[in-house]
Amino acid sequence: MSWIDIGAIDLVPLCGARLLKTRAGCVAVFRTSTNEVFATANSCPHKGGPLVEGIVHGQKVTCPLHNWVFDLNTGLAQGADEGRIATFPVRVEAGRILIDGAALGQRSAA
Amino acid sequence: MAQKLVVIGAGMASGRMLEHLTETAPDAFDVTLFNAEPRGCYNRIMLSPVLAGEKSYADIVTHDEAWYAGHGIACRFGEKVTAIDRAARVVTGENGPVTYDKLVLATGSNPVMLPLPGADLEGVIAYRDLEDTERMARMGPGSHVVVIGGGLLGLEAAAGMAARGADVTVIHIMGHLMERQLDPAAAYLLQKSLEAKGITVRLEAKSQAILGKDGHVRALQLAGGEELPCDLLVMAVGIRPSTALAAEARLAVGKGVHVDDQMLTSDANVLAIGECVEHRGAVFGLVAPLYDQAKVAAAQLLGEEAGFVQKSLSTKLKVTGCDLFSAGDFAEGEGREDIVFRDPAMGVYKRLVVEDNRLIGAVMYGDTADGSWFYGLIRDGSEIGAMRDTLIFGPAFQGGGSADPLSAVAALPPEAEICGCNGVSKGQIVTAIEDGACDLAAVRSCTKASASCGSCSGLVEQLLQVTLGDAFAAPAAQPVCGCTSLTHEDVRRLIKSQELKSQPAVWQALGWTTPNGCHVCRPAINFYLLADWPGEYRDDPQSRFVNERKHANIQKDGRFSVVPRMWGGITTPDELRAIADAADKYRVPTVKVTGGQRIDLLGVRSEDLPAIWADLGRAGLVSGHAYAKGLRTVKTCVGTDHCRFGTQDSTGLGIALEKRLWGSWTPHKVKLAVSGCPRNCAEATCKDVGIVCVESGYQVGVAGAAGMDVKETERLGDVATEAEAIELTVAFVQLYRENAKYLDRPYKWVAKVGMDWVRARVVDDLEERARLVAAFDLSQSIYQTDPWAEHAAKKARDFAPLADLTLEAAE
Repeated sequence: MSWIDIGAIDLVPLCGARLLKTRAGCVAVFRTSTNEVFATANSCPHKGGPLVEGIVHGQKVTCPLHNWVFDLNTGLAQGADEGRIATFPVRVEAGRILIDGAALGQRSAA
Repeated sequence: MAQKLVVIGAGMASGRMLEHLTETAPDAFDVTLFNAEPRGCYNRIMLSPVLAGEKSYADIVTHDEAWYAGHGIACRFGEKVTAIDRAARVVTGENGPVTYDKLVLATGSNPVMLPLPGADLEGVIAYRDLEDTERMARMGPGSHVVVIGGGLLGLEAAAGMAARGADVTVIHIMGHLMERQLDPAAAYLLQKSLEAKGITVRLEAKSQAILGKDGHVRALQLAGGEELPCDLLVMAVGIRPSTALAAEARLAVGKGVHVDDQMLTSDANVLAIGECVEHRGAVFGLVAPLYDQAKVAAAQLLGEEAGFVQKSLSTKLKVTGCDLFSAGDFAEGEGREDIVFRDPAMGVYKRLVVEDNRLIGAVMYGDTADGSWFYGLIRDGSEIGAMRDTLIFGPAFQGGGSADPLSAVAALPPEAEICGCNGVSKGQIVTAIEDGACDLAAVRSCTKASASCGSCSGLVEQLLQVTLGDAFAAPAAQPVCGCTSLTHEDVRRLIKSQELKSQPAVWQALGWTTPNGCHVCRPAINFYLLADWPGEYRDDPQSRFVNERKHANIQKDGRFSVVPRMWGGITTPDELRAIADAADKYRVPTVKVTGGQRIDLLGVRSEDLPAIWADLGRAGLVSGHAYAKGLRTVKTCVGTDHCRFGTQDSTGLGIALEKRLWGSWTPHKVKLAVSGCPRNCAEATCKDVGIVCVESGYQVGVAGAAGMDVKETERLGDVATEAEAIELTVAFVQLYRENAKYLDRPYKWVAKVGMDWVRARVVDDLEERARLVAAFDLSQSIYQTDPWAEHAAKKARDFAPLADLTLEAAE
């Protein structure tokens, strides 16, 4: 693993998300109400909606275009919808968010 | 030729009689209907659920204007009858006389007002009509109410106000509550559960005087001198037939207007029905006999044979969580025996009174499912000898049936009465279901079962289930979302009554099943909180849909559209130049004129939004809120400025309205228009608020629609000045903000609460109108700021990526 510092956790709003541009495509970085951080592919497998603009609730995000809901742990679509978004290892150290560069390199986030 | 029929009073008995008449012989009579209340027939029994906020006025209207109009009934509502001349057969109203061949008195009853000193003070009311209900509904947290009378009506009033958060004390002169319907043991259980709702009950308490200050009630003084402070005093001590008109017309009158079995008074051309009559020494307050009388009167008018017979009655209390039932006679007496069942842990009490091997009375508390079965045994005088040992366990235990909850209703004989109000039997309901009525609403419309007080709705649903089997799915009230079982209406009411002022407080107090809601409930709760507590709660962007968080409309490719505000649709060359420059600079692919007379720049990238806003802002352009559940646009025509037909300055009014209303959050988007004359070039008659200018002033219409539904506006009021037109609009928008369900456009909301309800607050009640305007202005003092300027200046960073690893990789 090669951890890359992508910014301070305070730059991501509670129950919100920010965008991370990578060579493999855009990644959404989420922060839940309890300060957990997740990173997933930004694009919804349904119609390509930007998940970074979705409403974050619990450990889930709702796509802003057609309300598909994804579990941020597994990337799996919830309920009747079928689909999965890529997830990437992230951790928080001394208030900074670190993302696994190796995983980004291996997987396409698009 | 049709005979002339005049009916005085548009209550429930009169409504039912007119239904029978118009169904059986629609052309037999030319009907004129007087009503002192300024409206037609509504289901008075359901005022308690309206008070408790469980139903709206619109839900309980039984005959609306269209119904009367459709049956050719001339309505003279809000007009009192001043005299009846029986010799000349003329009824005189405030607006003139009308002759009759037949006259029906349905004048109802008046509430009994105790002749206490101070009974004429402001704030001393009865519980009788919609006005009283609305008055009580205004009692929220922090207000103190005293209810005199621990009978059916008084307790429903008390429970309704307590549910709204008021501090309520019930004063009852007798030793236990509802002494005419309950025995002391059941009354005790009832009292306990009312006290658990926060209601104080004072028994054997005698009122002595009502004390006032500046003409308004201040407190109730009890015998002995104790004072109970109150802002509102409700007298619910009984009703008295309203007989003044009949007595003046020299008809025979005792306690009520005397009628025979055919509902004829002492004048063969005059009938009387409902709560105003006295039949064989009895007067009537429950709805079932009133409906029987209505049927007999209709038959009599049509020359058919019919006679009214008094029956024994059953009672249910419409207070959520207090399940009680009583029927028949349950006083103790010689030769009478009791069968009693108690389960203190479950709060269940049942008592049956048996005489001569027949059931003559039943009182139940806590579990009333078998009520109608017992009532049937009482009414029919059935012999109970064979089942006496297990009688109290109900029909399911007769003949060793299974413990299936449906078996009780399955075991009922076809003639068992299910709906006491409308006298509908199980057999009639089952026939209707077999003929195709497959849900509660369908059964209700073809049999009238559960159409009055609604307390038998559960039984009707069980019958649907028994008859249809798995084909029937019992409907539930629609909850907000999967995080809660509460409805939007419940949540709004509880936020106000429990003073919940943050989202975590709502989740905790109302038992949300998720840690912090979901994309469905969070935006709704966020809106309710900011609308109800403008001073304490602040809008939470993370609970907003992306458009309202980013102040631009997301498009299918994830880019955004930008619509600057153009007040009233008026712009300038400088503004147009700034828009053109911005479109060039940010390579906007599409520029379009919108339906609301604005210019839309479509296809702007998220990270460019703060910069394009800053550029537009330098030319004086602000957010047009084309993305918001708030004021969108005010569309105008050119009015007197240029148009040869214009009657008023419609453009100026449009601009003034837009400047007053912009920035506020509302349950759903709000679109306005102002047309300068009735040619209506601004299409004002299909807007949420649409004003049409005329020579004499302004016609303010509301609740129009031109989206999924198309609907013409309804007239809120006509006003003479621009200032009043603005005031009505502001008050209407605030009332909508305070009461509507999130994502209900105004037309949907008005359909639920009724235009009368809205008009009463926005137009008629000047104090309430002023309060609404002040509340709106308070909210505007916080939310009327340009979000574009704010975001461009302080939050531009949030629109850019957190980091860009493509650049680092390139280095």
